[in-house]
Amino acid sequence: MRSYAFLPVVIFLVLAGFFGYRLLMIDKGDAPNFIPSAMIDKPAPDFDMPPLYDGKAGLKTADLQGKVTLINFFASWCVPCRAEHQLLSGLTGKGFVLAGVNYKDKPEDAKAWLDRLGNPYDLLVADRQGQTGIDFGVYGVPESYLIDKQGRIRFKQTGPFTPESIEKELMPRVAELNK
Amino acid sequence: MKKTALILAAGIAFSSLPSYAVQPDEMLPDQQMEARARVISKDLRCLVCQNESIDDSNADLARDLRLLVRKRLVAGDSDAQVKQYLVDRYGDYVLLNPPFKTSTLVLWLGPAALFLVALGAAWGFARRRRVGVAMPALNDEEKSRVAALLSDGDEGKKA
Repeated sequence: MRSYAFLPVVIFLVLAGFFGYRLLMIDKGDAPNFIPSAMIDKPAPDFDMPPLYDGKAGLKTADLQGKVTLINFFASWCVPCRAEHQLLSGLTGKGFVLAGVNYKDKPEDAKAWLDRLGNPYDLLVADRQGQTGIDFGVYGVPESYLIDKQGRIRFKQTGPFTPESIEKELMPRVAELNK
Repeated sequence: MKKTALILAAGIAFSSLPSYAVQPDEMLPDQQMEARARVISKDLRCLVCQNESIDDSNADLARDLRLLVRKRLVAGDSDAQVKQYLVDRYGDYVLLNPPFKTSTLVLWLGPAALFLVALGAAWGFARRRRVGVAMPALNDEEKSRVAALLSDGDEGKKA
């Protein structure tokens, strides 16, 4: 009987350890609402998005070949996008095409937003119905997808970039893909 | 009085029928296909609201996904193909019922395994108890004393 006396304590410690570990992981960004992307290392979906500004170039899947592209889904109604926006202007000319996808937005709202905050994008297209967003697996903006020269998705940033995530997650991968 | 109560109860029961997020303008004219869409939607997670299906959620993305499910059905997809279409984009997370595969073995078999362990422990405990409670055999001295007590009720009082 005596050997079983500590069993409840052991069970408690195992459970406490498990819950504690999960709590720590949430701190590190692995929250229950973080969805691991199913699209990593898969080819970018088929899409053909019209330009946000008439007369400029649109973006379709075939355009991704031969260069590294960061596709950034944003919207004027999205608050975190605003926070991310100022970081994006530091990303032009860093070895990839920065393509902005205006997601489920009114073009006039998006244009006013860009006029006010500046336009860091090399390329601006619109996904008014959100169909391309769904094909990429977008479930909230901002989300960004890094695409290699063969047109495959190699990295996904869910939520806004931070100076830290740009330095530690994005730029090393860009350097790798440009080799 | 009884009748009023009955009407009241019926009213409450009726008013608490679940209200769905599906808007009339989303529904398909083909009722059979609409019914299929509803069944599929109930098993798909609204990705921004976690434990709600897209059939229950008023979120924007849930509406988009409902429309997408219907679009795929109209395009001739089977129910499984519609689900696979979303799993390809959002991963297994989009399914409210996780699929049975290697990475979900613990999830599916864990409870059954724990139940078996508990059953085993309970059985072991009950067995040990039965053995443990059994009286030790009497030695000769005790036996003769019991015999004496039984044969003469008075001796017990004296001793």
